[in-house]
Amino acid sequence: MKTTTGTPIVKTGLAQMLKGGVIMDVVTPEHAVIAQEAGAVAVMALEKIPADIRAEGGVARMSNLELIQGIMDAVTIPVMAKVRIGHFAEAQVLESIGVDYIDESEVLTPADEKYHCDKHLFTTPFVCGARDLGEALRRIAEGAAMIRSKGEAGSGNIVEAVRHIRAISDAIRELSVAPKEELVARARDLGAPLELVRQVAHDGKLPVVLFCAGGVSTPADAALMMQLGAEGIFVGSGIFKSQKPKRFAKAIVDATTHFNDPKIVAEACRSLGMSEAMEGLDLRQLDESEMLSTRGN
Amino acid sequence: MTIGVLALQGDVVEHLAALADIGAAAIPVKTFADLEKVDGLIIPGGESTTVMKLLDRFGLAEPIRGRVRAGMPLWGTCMGMIVAAHGVAGLDQPALDLIDIVVRRNAFGRQNESAEVELPIPVLGPEPFPAIFIRAPWIESMGPGVQLLAERDGHGVMVRQDNVLATSFHPELTPDRRVHDYFLQMVADARESVGKAPTAA
Repeated sequence: MKTTTGTPIVKTGLAQMLKGGVIMDVVTPEHAVIAQEAGAVAVMALEKIPADIRAEGGVARMSNLELIQGIMDAVTIPVMAKVRIGHFAEAQVLESIGVDYIDESEVLTPADEKYHCDKHLFTTPFVCGARDLGEALRRIAEGAAMIRSKGEAGSGNIVEAVRHIRAISDAIRELSVAPKEELVARARDLGAPLELVRQVAHDGKLPVVLFCAGGVSTPADAALMMQLGAEGIFVGSGIFKSQKPKRFAKAIVDATTHFNDPKIVAEACRSLGMSEAMEGLDLRQLDESEMLSTRGN
Repeated sequence: MTIGVLALQGDVVEHLAALADIGAAAIPVKTFADLEKVDGLIIPGGESTTVMKLLDRFGLAEPIRGRVRAGMPLWGTCMGMIVAAHGVAGLDQPALDLIDIVVRRNAFGRQNESAEVELPIPVLGPEPFPAIFIRAPWIESMGPGVQLLAERDGHGVMVRQDNVLATSFHPELTPDRRVHDYFLQMVADARESVGKAPTAA
């Protein structure tokens, strides 16, 4: 029986199975169990959540392998882990221990300011961040099997997530009505391969699954992003920086599932009682150098 | 005749597109009201722990059990197989108990072992089926009423018991529509038998 692993369909396929779900950042096996119990479709294993990475500064690297392994052993749902942009040796290590998805992430300190990993070389699929369509298509050209709009990780502020998902969807909509003869110039302007630009223009959607990340901290944030076209949600600091992580985790899952039913979203909001969401940052007061989303392009 | 695709989480759109491909009317099923409109139900790929919780939270587990036990055809792909099973080996995970099989989750391995397999399925003809296995389960044990339709490396990966069909793999991710056709026929047969003999099992 002919059996082939690591093919594009198998790599993009896992992301397709995660659609409509919530992927949660966790820093301990106990967090991972809470996430799974709340209904997360996958967890992102890391040492520090983005809000703490932001607060502490310094160089953020791939997480400790024992921690990642402990989380893999604690849950049955897929486990993702992050590598620094362009750090293909970290990615080789994560592949060798068998994580289910690798996030080449701007939340960690970039290892290469010019190039991303060649993700075609890996059996393990990659997810990458993007702020606009050109960035998304460059990552897909490099082999990303899933895209997440970047937002601004660890900010508790949804504004960048909205900006990025709208930028991606608007550009897709423009391409889908653009005359054929414009596509070469559009590809040039987007900085993306013509073949992918043609595919997006024809299909009216990205060739891989699109999640959103970077700022979701309430059930209504999740419902907003889903209605804006995200196919699922990454929640980083929003759960374990809230006052009641279990409740927030479950409420964000419910709101993501029934994003187009305001009564259920309201019920999810109500289930939080008086407990507060994570504290947010006003991004207009942040220095450009403190923004994570501008890393990698 | 309308086919429903359970739309709480997972690759719903892929199944809807596959059904549209073969000219079947299909709708996503998110609520009890949606469920009432369908003659057959597909539980797609996704995360079984997530969807079992959502089925309970939003009151769909019992209505689905009731409809399927009354004869409505059900097909589970990967997660759907786990959700429809009698139980999950080695895990304290609830399931709908609609087909007499015990499944083992992620039995072929984690994502790095996910694979495309040319799978012989005699009931679909001599041509092997391009089966996509993603962190797939296998059938650990099955009751006497269950018919084995395909095996991979000695493990059951496609089974049928009366009106319930289960596959470890994802026919909705490939252009080969033979399993969707097969399920559509199950739904057509069920409607016919209900018309002729309402009490038939």
